[in-house]
Amino acid sequence: MSDVAALQSDLLAQIAGAADEAALEVVRVAALGKKGSISELMKTLGALSPEERKVQGPLLNGLRDAVTEAIAARKAALGEAALEQRLAGETLDITLPPRPENSGTVHPISQVLEEVTAIFAGMGFSVAEGPDVEHDDYNFTRLNIPPDHPARQMQDTFYVAPQADGSSHVLRTHTSPVQVRTMLNGKPPIRIISPGRTYRVDSDATHSPMFHQVEALVIDEGIHLGHLKWTIEEFCKAFFEIDSIELRARPSFFPFTEPSLEWDMRCDRSVPGKITFGSGQDWLELGGSGMVHRKVLENCGIDAKRYSGFALGFGLDRMAMLKYGIADIRSFFEGDVRWLKHYGFAALVIPSLEGGLSK
Amino acid sequence: MKFTLSWLKEHLDTDASAQQIADKLNSIGLEVESISDPGAALKDFVVGEVITAEKHPNADKLRLCTVSAGGENLQIVCGAPNARAGIKVVLARPGTVIPASGEALKIGSIRGVESRGMMCSARELLLGEDHDGIIELKADAKVGEAVAAALADAGLLTNDPVIEVSITPNRGDAASVWGVARDLAAAGLGKLKTEKVMPVQGKFPSPKTITLDFAPENKNACPVFAGRLIRGVKNGPAPKWLQDRFKAVGLKSISALVDATNFVSQDRGRPLHVFDADKIGNLRARMARDGEQVLALDDVAYTLDANTIVIADENRALGIAGIMGGKESGSYDETVNVFIESAYFDPAAVARAGRKQGILSDARYRFERGVDPQQVLPGLEMATRLILEWCGGEASDVVIAGQLPPPHAPIAFDPIVVEQLGGIVIPRGEIIRILQSLGFVVEDHGVLQVVPPSWRHDIDGPADLVEEVVRIFGLASVRSAALPRDPGVMRSVLTKAQRRAKSARRALAGRGFQECVSFSFLDRKQAALFGGGDEARQLSNPIASDLDALRPTPLPSLLAAAQRNAARGFSNLSLFEIGPGFLSGMPEAQTTIAAGLRTGHALRDWSKSTHDADAFDVKADMLAALEAVTGAPMLAPVSRGAPAWYHPGRSGVIALGKTVIARFGELHPKVLAAFDLKVPAAAFEIFLDALPEAKQKGKARPLFAPSPYQAIERDFAFVVKREVAAGDIVKAVKLAERSLIESVAIFDVYEGKGVPEGHKSVAVAVRIQPREKTLADAEIEAVAAAIVAQVSKATGATLRS
Repeated sequence: MSDVAALQSDLLAQIAGAADEAALEVVRVAALGKKGSISELMKTLGALSPEERKVQGPLLNGLRDAVTEAIAARKAALGEAALEQRLAGETLDITLPPRPENSGTVHPISQVLEEVTAIFAGMGFSVAEGPDVEHDDYNFTRLNIPPDHPARQMQDTFYVAPQADGSSHVLRTHTSPVQVRTMLNGKPPIRIISPGRTYRVDSDATHSPMFHQVEALVIDEGIHLGHLKWTIEEFCKAFFEIDSIELRARPSFFPFTEPSLEWDMRCDRSVPGKITFGSGQDWLELGGSGMVHRKVLENCGIDAKRYSGFALGFGLDRMAMLKYGIADIRSFFEGDVRWLKHYGFAALVIPSLEGGLSK
Repeated sequence: MKFTLSWLKEHLDTDASAQQIADKLNSIGLEVESISDPGAALKDFVVGEVITAEKHPNADKLRLCTVSAGGENLQIVCGAPNARAGIKVVLARPGTVIPASGEALKIGSIRGVESRGMMCSARELLLGEDHDGIIELKADAKVGEAVAAALADAGLLTNDPVIEVSITPNRGDAASVWGVARDLAAAGLGKLKTEKVMPVQGKFPSPKTITLDFAPENKNACPVFAGRLIRGVKNGPAPKWLQDRFKAVGLKSISALVDATNFVSQDRGRPLHVFDADKIGNLRARMARDGEQVLALDDVAYTLDANTIVIADENRALGIAGIMGGKESGSYDETVNVFIESAYFDPAAVARAGRKQGILSDARYRFERGVDPQQVLPGLEMATRLILEWCGGEASDVVIAGQLPPPHAPIAFDPIVVEQLGGIVIPRGEIIRILQSLGFVVEDHGVLQVVPPSWRHDIDGPADLVEEVVRIFGLASVRSAALPRDPGVMRSVLTKAQRRAKSARRALAGRGFQECVSFSFLDRKQAALFGGGDEARQLSNPIASDLDALRPTPLPSLLAAAQRNAARGFSNLSLFEIGPGFLSGMPEAQTTIAAGLRTGHALRDWSKSTHDADAFDVKADMLAALEAVTGAPMLAPVSRGAPAWYHPGRSGVIALGKTVIARFGELHPKVLAAFDLKVPAAAFEIFLDALPEAKQKGKARPLFAPSPYQAIERDFAFVVKREVAAGDIVKAVKLAERSLIESVAIFDVYEGKGVPEGHKSVAVAVRIQPREKTLADAEIEAVAAAIVAQVSKATGATLRS
């Protein structure tokens, strides 16, 4: 074995034997440093004849490259090992819970209102709003509810104490005064929904002194009951997220519509505590509706000879109860965090027509 | 209104079942509240006949019977002493549900012998208490048929379905069996066959007179009042059939005289009253005198006002007209001479008086919905006939005061309106037929002239006629018609206010808040803690004494919710509500507030990463919500001046000019004490309606132009008096060199060793971003010097050495 080969073998053994980066550095300096064994050998090349150099040069270069490579490889291996060792010491108990964060929720009323809004927006309705404290005139008189009507009584309607100017107002008993405001301030064609808080003197498992309504109003030329039926059908299919439903209309009476109708939807309640739509032997009451009464149109400045329209209304809370299986309307307003967590919706579950109303 | 099927069939010739009738009633607007069909629960039971009855081979007291079910014979083991060959029985076959147990009958083995059915006792069918033996049906019961008819025949079951309908306020005409039958006949469910009442010839002049005694302004209160005297009657119980019928529909049978009038009321919708003629003088209808009292039939003394109509004699008010008769002048067992009253009263006046007095009566129910004035005399005649038949006596001539009102005015009706409004094409002839069948008089002059019948008070225009036609023709025929859609892409439909509320809601839920929806009213005492509770925001008729005030802000609602949750052991809460705050009791004085509340101590958590709810938590929440709503960071400064429900030193407001747009801070300890909250609590309120419009015009953003030059970060520690606001230091730093200073961050606030007493050190990191060239050291030093000088001038700060 030549000297060079012996040196290479010796150095490679030292590199392989270096226990850590410091030991490896000692080996590197001893071989490749200014006075290292390989560097010293390289210096001898200058004194050789061209023929000898042709032989010895590649031999020494080969030695230097092999050693350099071996050092780099060993260094990487040592680094890897050191990292592994460090990481081994950094182990966490990953079964510990993460740092606490509250997960927020959106109230079912808000969620369902956004669902309803998305559906009606898709049918070309915009959203109108009005105050909760309302003029008696807008809540009753212009809606053709005469002064003697039972609905105006204190046992049904909340009255606000007389104001400094002598006026007295009611907490709106429906969102119909928003329809009045819309008609007074606008011109047909009108296509709105009016959602909001409503108030009646009533409290039990299915009645709350405050609840929420959504009403829809369409005023245009040539509007008839068929348009009303289509609107309710399309809404129900979209809201309950089913392909087909069966509706039943019953004649009814409201002072502000003529004809007046109530709508039922076919449902199955044969399994206690569960309701499914589209089939079954039962009927679920949806809400009231009708063609807007001529007197209401006239009271609100609409030309009743030229325009006709329909209005419909239903309880938003009730819709939320039906769709999401909530039992007691009063629980909506108690702010019980367990209830809010149970029935609430995550912040990013935002109803839309293109992305779906619900998860 | 309740009636039995057989009662209805006295007016309507029909083969329809109770269910068919109920379905039709629903479809024509007489909503069925309930049908109770006593026979329905027994539909699976059949009439059986015992063929043989032998002793059970293994038991002395049991019998082994062969029972015919018509077509098949069943072997049944029976323990009843009356089980014997030849009798007709109520037979339950295997699978039939026994009402008393609610369980389906199984094939059993009794003392080693198979039994394939059961013969039932009255108790097992819930038809009575009798369990001494099995029911024995009459001999002519038909074997194999459903048992209802046979049970009725045996007197064990009233096999007459009871239907209850709810009558909408406009349909007083349907508040009688006759009226219901009339609607059903019009809808094609049978033929109306109500018997016409023939008048009774008077035998003598009425010794009592009737007067209408009204001032001109009240002349409509009672336009017509008729009556007659019947002398020599003998009162007693009403006939058994009437008692049974009343019992079935939930009416109390009182006596033949009273029941006669109640029967006319139920049957014809014509309320009447019978006076004991010996206890009254001559009758008059008039308005009550203020304070006048009447002891009514319900034993209550009512104090009346001048808006109430009464029936009176010369001396006193005898009864409240259209609502309830008087106790003293009523008819009882000893009554011999009666006077029947039949009058028409103004519906509104009756409704008003009834509500004011709080009296619910069958008479009020009908009068306030409007009765048929043309029935004043037929009703009187019908009652006369019934009383003569049941109680004997002889009738006087009829006396009458006032006049029957004229027929309704005709309505011009173009049948095309049915299609225009109803969306159904119905042939003209059918429209006319329906109207006529409902009692309308129709003349066809191209446009129809339609006169509503005297019993309808709710028809005053073409739309009402459309409703009549459509409801009878059938709403099921209405075909859906799509609303026309705007061409092009759907536009956003939310108003600015709605978008704001939605953004705030999603942002706060995203920050871990739970949304509440609370009542708009609360306890006045709680409202007062938040600037409310004044007279103008009181409810006149609260549903509960602690829900009597309009809330000035949703914050107290959230605190009340926090209190309830804390009572259940949940006190680490983040709650918010976006809803109305009321500034007065006027409709315009409502503003939408997004309020948030954080409560609770630092959590007991291994990571120790939480802290007590504090002002900086809610400041961050408030700023995040504001940014979500406006779409840009809120740059307006925070200042002091939050209202009294906040901690005076740990709260602030953001105002634009004089308009407060938001406020936040820890809550005042007194407020927390009032809500019995024992944990730290901080809150914010954002006035969504007060936020300014976005300033940006158009949707394009300024061009992205990052500086190519290296930014420099320099730290400064300023020593200032403790009361100097850190925000003022930041503001001064920015002012020092606006074009170069990109951002200022406070990274340390320190008081203590090394800082003079009453002072604090505020350390800021200033990022200097050259825009045009790299800054030389001297230029950087100049900026630093300018910063120190500006802060020193503004706040009296010195640089900490």
